[in-house]
Amino acid sequence: MGKTHLKSLALAYLEAKPPQSDIQKHAAELFRSLDIPTTKNEEWKYLNLKNIASRAYTFANGNASNIAAAIAKPFVEAYDEQNANVLVFVNGVYIPALSRVVTPESDLKISNLSEAKSKYAAEFGKHFGKYANDEHHIFAALNTAADAEGAFIYVPNNKTVEAPVILHYIASAEAGDVLVQTRNLFVVGTSAQLTLVEHYNSTEQANHSLTNMVTEVFVGGNARFDHYKIQNEANTSSHIGFTQTWQLQDSYYANTTVSLSGEIVRNNLHIAIDGQNCEAFMNGLYVLDGNTVVDNHTVADHRQPHSHSNELYKGLLDGKSHAVFNGKIFVRQDAQKTNAFQSNKNILLSPDANVDTKPQLEIWADDVKCSHGCTVGALDEELLFYLCTRGINEETARALLMLAFAEDVLERIQVKSVREYVEKIIAARLKMDI
Amino acid sequence: MLSIKNLQAAIGDKQILKGINLEIKPGEVHAIMGPNGSGKSTLASVLAGREDYEVTGGEVEFNGKNLLELAPEERAGEGLFLAFQYPVEIPGVSNTNFLKAAVNSVRKYRGEEPLDAVHFLKLIKEKMKLVNMDQALLNRSLNEGFSGGEKKRNEIFQMAVLEPKLAILDETDSGLDIDALRIVANGVNTLRNKDNGILVITHYQRLLDYIVPDYVHVLYKGRIVRSGTKELALELEEKGYDWIKAEVETENASSATVNP
Repeated sequence: MGKTHLKSLALAYLEAKPPQSDIQKHAAELFRSLDIPTTKNEEWKYLNLKNIASRAYTFANGNASNIAAAIAKPFVEAYDEQNANVLVFVNGVYIPALSRVVTPESDLKISNLSEAKSKYAAEFGKHFGKYANDEHHIFAALNTAADAEGAFIYVPNNKTVEAPVILHYIASAEAGDVLVQTRNLFVVGTSAQLTLVEHYNSTEQANHSLTNMVTEVFVGGNARFDHYKIQNEANTSSHIGFTQTWQLQDSYYANTTVSLSGEIVRNNLHIAIDGQNCEAFMNGLYVLDGNTVVDNHTVADHRQPHSHSNELYKGLLDGKSHAVFNGKIFVRQDAQKTNAFQSNKNILLSPDANVDTKPQLEIWADDVKCSHGCTVGALDEELLFYLCTRGINEETARALLMLAFAEDVLERIQVKSVREYVEKIIAARLKMDI
Repeated sequence: MLSIKNLQAAIGDKQILKGINLEIKPGEVHAIMGPNGSGKSTLASVLAGREDYEVTGGEVEFNGKNLLELAPEERAGEGLFLAFQYPVEIPGVSNTNFLKAAVNSVRKYRGEEPLDAVHFLKLIKEKMKLVNMDQALLNRSLNEGFSGGEKKRNEIFQMAVLEPKLAILDETDSGLDIDALRIVANGVNTLRNKDNGILVITHYQRLLDYIVPDYVHVLYKGRIVRSGTKELALELEEKGYDWIKAEVETENASSATVNP
């Protein structure tokens, strides 16, 4: 088989902009050696990338266009809490005009990644490329090799950042099919605390965008990080994301991944629990319709004893949408007394929607508590009837029940303004008018 | 306000209602009694618009409209309310949000402006007193973890908030202790007025000591076989349903001989 369009384009891009650092050179080598996966690849079994890999993308990272700020503005204004640190990127270009920082630098080192390379060279050098080095993930390799832009967030030891960090990534394919590469590095120091939202969106457009994002997360000892990823792009937009988190002892990390629309969305969330007494939460919600395909691949890798991971992914599928859930739990031989739980619950709202759900537990330790479960069902007609007898029309009643189904994921969002923001996006997505 | 003529309904192949006739005028309270399986709850469900039942004949007029053509939410908009025999639990939907959606949906149907937060809360506070509703229950998910009595009280509370023209109480008294029964009955009686109709479906006469009906009907095998005043309920209480069953069987047998 010849090279896909996407791979050829990327190879040409890497020729024109050769990788500089050793990490990037290694990633470029890895990229050359791998192929865009087909459905024969077990990890990509249910996700056909043929269409999105065959387009003639322009690699977007470059100079900011004049219209960029105007495009992003409505998305940015939707979150109107003033006490927040906000960074905005359009097609991988940092937009200072729409960004703001409210937390002092002593408590939070925050900048776009390319600036951090020199401005926070020591912190950057210590962590960049150290975590997201999956040897099989071609998209992550490309992202590392290609100098992707994004956010650098660093919380020094013992600092609690009260104001949440909100990151907006807007893709715009107004000038033709575009490939946006986004790269983030979030470091939360020892006994530090942070709440952060990654928000991915795109303008309504005829052309296609593909966002290839990698986020590296380091959670230091005794640190706490509440991490949200909300993806709500247009149906001509696709998203391939790879998030690798590394947790040290006594730390708390909660990731909530919300996927609401797009053409193809792939979220890889890998958490390495490399310390004792850690807590890791993976909360997921997908609300899909049309032909959207969302594929969540998660990994909880228990490398040390006495830690706890808990995963809850819930999905609502309408139209011809398709969801894939693959949740891996590894409990290594040293990781005795591990508690690891996983649950995936789905509601199919249409006969044409479908779900492929697969738990995967690999346990080498012998004194552990692990469980998993998955369900696929329909909206309860009895509940629907009850709501309708109270005057609520069927559409609103369905939306209420859908929101109720999502509630046990949403109620885990601790910061009020963040929760309201997420609920607002979901309510708009469900066309709730109450 | 409600006129039921020869109503017939089936579930699957099974004919349950076999020709119901009933007329309820504003200000009247009717009670329907009958043994288990006689079709009482089916009648309530058909009137509220449950899709599991197929109406196979007859007509129902409500406020001059063909009720059977309306969706359940339209029936509610027209002023029909069903207090469920088994109120459902909906985790994740708060009682307050649910009520607000209900009130404003009904108002929208009637061409009225939605209530703002202040007026809504005022309405809720006022109606809560009627049924001794605890504020804590309001903040919880709809009926989730409520006791049987709390669920039934919540039904009456919803009825009070929505102010229906015709309320159907489907075995609202079943399983209630006497205190809960008094609260429920008191709520209903407070809402009783010259413009509203109430249809009480019950298995037990006891409720009718507290909600005194103008008319009592006995439903048996999908038909109303006896109608009378509240004395009929007392007679049923005393003699049970067997004498009515026997009489009806005899009538059927004799009518069969007269009109073979």
